[in-house]
Amino acid sequence: MYAVEYQKAKSATEASGLIAKSGGKALAGGQSLIAAMKLRLAQPGTLVDLAGIPELAGIRVEGGALAIGAMTRHADIASAAEVKRTIPALAALAEGIGDRQVRNMGTIGGSLANNDPAADWPAAVLGLGATVVTHKRRIAADDFFKGMYETALAADEIITAVSFPTPKKAAYAKFPNPASRFALVGVFVAQLGDGSVRVAVTGAAPSVFRAASLEAALAKSFTPDAAKAARVDAAGLNNDLHASAAYRAHLVPVIASRAVAAA
Amino acid sequence: MGIAISMTVNGAAVSAEIDPRTLLVDFLRVNLGLTGTHVGCDTAQCGACTIHLDGRAVKACNLLALQANGAKVTTIEGLAGNGDLHPMQAAFKECHGLQCGFCTPGMVMSAIDLVQRHPGADEATIRAQLEGNLCRCTGYHNIVKAVQQGAAAMSR
Repeated sequence: MYAVEYQKAKSATEASGLIAKSGGKALAGGQSLIAAMKLRLAQPGTLVDLAGIPELAGIRVEGGALAIGAMTRHADIASAAEVKRTIPALAALAEGIGDRQVRNMGTIGGSLANNDPAADWPAAVLGLGATVVTHKRRIAADDFFKGMYETALAADEIITAVSFPTPKKAAYAKFPNPASRFALVGVFVAQLGDGSVRVAVTGAAPSVFRAASLEAALAKSFTPDAAKAARVDAAGLNNDLHASAAYRAHLVPVIASRAVAAA
Repeated sequence: MGIAISMTVNGAAVSAEIDPRTLLVDFLRVNLGLTGTHVGCDTAQCGACTIHLDGRAVKACNLLALQANGAKVTTIEGLAGNGDLHPMQAAFKECHGLQCGFCTPGMVMSAIDLVQRHPGADEATIRAQLEGNLCRCTGYHNIVKAVQQGAAAMSR
C-alpha cells in the first residue's frame, strides 16, 4: 500500500472541512477505494474516515419513503426488516453485491459516490427515482449520475442518506460476468405509486441510464412479454472483451423481463 | 506520521503506533506475527485473508488497520480453545476439505460467519455464500461437505 494520511471525522460537516483542507477523499467502507489505491488508480494524499458518524447511520421509514443512511453496509440493508417489508427489491439487490465479505464492509453511500459503471446501487437509485441527500442539499437521481465514475457531488460533499420512494412493484435482475460477478447488464424496474414506470440499466454503458423504450413498453403493459418485445439501441453501449454492444443491447430487454417477472 | 491504534485480537488487547497505510492483514501478520491469515491475491478477490471484524467476515487485505481501530478481531489462531480445534476446523480436517491448505484459514472463517447466519444451510446456500473464497485446487466439493459437518457440530 502506498503512503497516505488518515483522519477521522465526527460529523459530515467536519469530514467535508477536512477533505476541503487536505484535498483528500472520503473513506466509507473502502471496498472499491482501498483496492483502487493499491493499484494506484486512486492516489489521495489523505483519507477522511466516515465510519462511526451518527448522522450517516440507520434505516428509517419516513411516510411513503425509505431513508437509508449513507454508511449502512450492504449486508445490513440485505437483512433489515424495514427494507424487506417496504422495498424488498433493495434487500435482494444488496444481497447480490460482490461477496459476503465485501457486503460486510461496503456501503450504499460509498457505492453511489464512486458510481462504478457496473455497480448495482445506481440502478436502484435511478430506477426508483430516489433522492440522494448530502450534508448540503438534496439531489434527484436524474441529476446525480453524470458519467463514468462521475456524479453531481462536489469534491468535499458528503452523502448522508438516500431516500427511496416506496413503489407499487419493483425488482432488480442482473447478468453477472462469470468471472468478476460484476453486472454485464443489470436492470432495475419499478412501477411507482402514481403508476409511472422507471427502468434503469447498469453495466451496459459508461454510466447507469434510463431505458426509454422499456419504460414506454412497460407503462402500457407491465409484463415480462412487453419487456422482452422492447428494443434497445446498441449505440453508446459498452463494447469490450466481456461483451459486444449488440450483445448487451440484446440482454437489456431479456434481463428487464426477468426483473418484471420477479417484481 | 505514526498513529496510535488499539484493538482486541483473539481476546487480547493490542496497541501499537502504525503508519496509516498499514493494511489490517499486514498489521496482523507483521506486527502481531499472526501468519495464519494468508495473503493470496491481495486484490480482495480470493478470500484467503478473511478474518472476523466484530463478528463479521471481512477481507483483511482490503481494509486499513485503522478501520479496525477499537474493534474486536478474530483470526484463525483465535478459534481453537485449550488445544481443541473449533468444530469447523475439525470438520475441515475430517472431511479433507483442503488440498494445499492455502485458502483454508479464509474458508474456515467464512464458513463460521455463514453458519452463524444460516445455521441449517443447504448445499446451494453454502456454495453461494462462499462466493468470496477461491480454492485453486478446485476442492470445493469436500469444502462444502466440511461446512455441512461443521455446521451440524456447531449446533450441538
